[in-house]
Amino acid sequence: MKSPIDKIKQLFNTTPLLAWLLGWLAAALTEYFIGDAVSYYLGLPRIPVLFGCLLALKKPLLIPGATGYFLLIYLLPFFLVARLCRRPANYLASLLARGPVSLAAIIHLALFYLALHIWADISDYRLLLLKLTMVAVMLTLSLNVINGYMGEFSCSHPGFMALGAYTASTVTLRLFADDKLFGAPLLSPALGPYLFPLALICGGIVAALGAVVIAIPSFRTRGDYLAIISLAFLFIVKSLIENLEFVGGPRGMSSQPDYAGLPMVFLGMVSCVWIINNFVCSTMGKALCAVRDNETAAEAMTVNTGKTKIVTFMFGAFWAGVAGGLFAHIIRYVNPGSFGIQRLAEILAMLYFGGLNSVTGSIIGAVSINILSEALRPLELFKWIIIPLLLIMVMLFRPTGLVSFTEFKAEKLMRPRG
Amino acid sequence: MQLFLQNIVNAMQWGSFYALIALGYSMVYSILMLFNFAHGDIFMVGSYIGFGVATALLGLTAAFNLPLPGWIILVMTIILAMFLTSFVGMFIERVGYRPLRDAPRASAAITGLMIGIILETGNLALLGAERLSFPALIDTVTFQVGGIYLTNKKILIVVVSLALMSALHLFIQKSKYGMAMRAMSYDFQAVPLMGISINKIAPLTFAIGSGLAAAAGILYSLAYPVLDPYMGVLLGWKAFVAAILGGRGSILGAALAGFLLGFIEIFSVWIFPSTFRDVIAYSVILLILAFRPHGFFGQAHSTQLRL
Repeated sequence: MKSPIDKIKQLFNTTPLLAWLLGWLAAALTEYFIGDAVSYYLGLPRIPVLFGCLLALKKPLLIPGATGYFLLIYLLPFFLVARLCRRPANYLASLLARGPVSLAAIIHLALFYLALHIWADISDYRLLLLKLTMVAVMLTLSLNVINGYMGEFSCSHPGFMALGAYTASTVTLRLFADDKLFGAPLLSPALGPYLFPLALICGGIVAALGAVVIAIPSFRTRGDYLAIISLAFLFIVKSLIENLEFVGGPRGMSSQPDYAGLPMVFLGMVSCVWIINNFVCSTMGKALCAVRDNETAAEAMTVNTGKTKIVTFMFGAFWAGVAGGLFAHIIRYVNPGSFGIQRLAEILAMLYFGGLNSVTGSIIGAVSINILSEALRPLELFKWIIIPLLLIMVMLFRPTGLVSFTEFKAEKLMRPRG
Repeated sequence: MQLFLQNIVNAMQWGSFYALIALGYSMVYSILMLFNFAHGDIFMVGSYIGFGVATALLGLTAAFNLPLPGWIILVMTIILAMFLTSFVGMFIERVGYRPLRDAPRASAAITGLMIGIILETGNLALLGAERLSFPALIDTVTFQVGGIYLTNKKILIVVVSLALMSALHLFIQKSKYGMAMRAMSYDFQAVPLMGISINKIAPLTFAIGSGLAAAAGILYSLAYPVLDPYMGVLLGWKAFVAAILGGRGSILGAALAGFLLGFIEIFSVWIFPSTFRDVIAYSVILLILAFRPHGFFGQAHSTQLRL
């Protein structure tokens, strides 16, 4: 006898990723076209923004309606389309598997983006949530390179983020916007959206230069002392920015131009995942794991530990800086207070929840903690009891996080099944 | 010169807070090789417990018309609050750290951070967001000695914390449990084979550390009588820095580094604009660590992160 769960698993185990993406697209389209009508008939005031979680917690009477909406709009189209499309999708996936990986990846990503875009079109809240989640993925992943793959305990990530955010904001405000801090723009504002990636890269480079300050002491010491050095670095960066009057001091900088649209943030996240994944799979990445496991042995096996450490710190910090730049242009306001211990605890929580040494783990951790903390928002204070408790549970039962020490292989993910 | 001496007095006061909290970090580290990141919040819980005890004692004396002077209530508050807070520390050890003894150290660090957040939020949920003000148990008396101003509270803070540190030193050097703790910090693996149970020593360490944090909390609330659930965060992290600076696991080092941190902070404010305090203080710490990467009294051994 097979259990019902096995039967359901069997029903879907020949479904490739492409079909799941089509299912997700179908769900988003269903909501886009008939969401209003369905929510009206189910007695909901408007389309539930976050799968009905917020609504169910705020007004418990609406739970049946919210559940019905979730089943009708999301689950039904998602599984139906995924199941029905599996044959053509498998055929397509096997065609794509013969071509270059990049082409297949681009097609998958385009589908994914399309679905996200339609989903986020319903409300601005969703758009903001999606963008912040993507930035969180970048931050977590770049911290994973340092804390996971290199095995240090670096606490300076919000500092790198602040460096990136302030540099990118300064560049865009100086060059493309009429601002009270910097005056008239130097270049035509029309160029702004196209040159925005350059501003982000500038932010990343400044953050990477900041990382050298931490990387050099890491030649001599590691573990707790490095944690302190990086913590001191974080405090110094925050305090320095508070004292720099030309970037607004403690009041912060505001009205950054609105360049960080969903496509831009999505591109940033995809390139971050792609490049970091390549980095950790490269020879350098293997050297990194060797340094983590035994520095002396790695040195004996001709790994240049100093170079490995400095490159890794700069690499991780670069992506943190880029994420910070995106963050500044999403919120369109930065102040030194948003890059403190609180932010550090948040990033560390996402990293250790998802899992060390794993790209998948970082993505899962960042997305789930972000969505969870939004979904539990109606609980107000108790949110900050439930999430830490959840993390403690994860630490007790899976001390290295949910999905740790795994490799992320795009080919394997996109392969045809059956 | 007068300003200099005045600043020394202030630095001694802040140094006592940092040193008392840093001792807790350092003791736990010397036994379990991990930092209890919830320690700053234990400091906060300690001062809230102190508030509760002090209010209850004041209420009792008022109800029975006992003519107890304020300093007796203060002493009783410190002792009772230290005792009660040590149970909080033991509870945290039992729930948060004992199950993770073989796990990677980073996991224990995350657990500590999360316990800290739970303590803060739990406090906020229980007592509400309005700030409590610690009852003034003794009146402030100001003396003027050679042009510098001393208050009885400042003297009390420094004297009580020095007394507690000496008591701790005596306990660790002379008593049987202190000997067991020293042995445990010397060899984590062999000592349990000699009949010293780590499940006894670790809670004891947490209890002592939390008691010291509670004492620091009450002394802090005497000087700055506004309680707030997040008061332990910044102070805790700074004391953590002091614990590292002293050399991990070194009790004497932690106490000295706590005072040093107080001096650096107060004197950087004296010389430079006050907004530069953190920049100067942490730059000095970075410089010290650059020349002595293992702190003042730390052993230069390369620990591997157990991962």
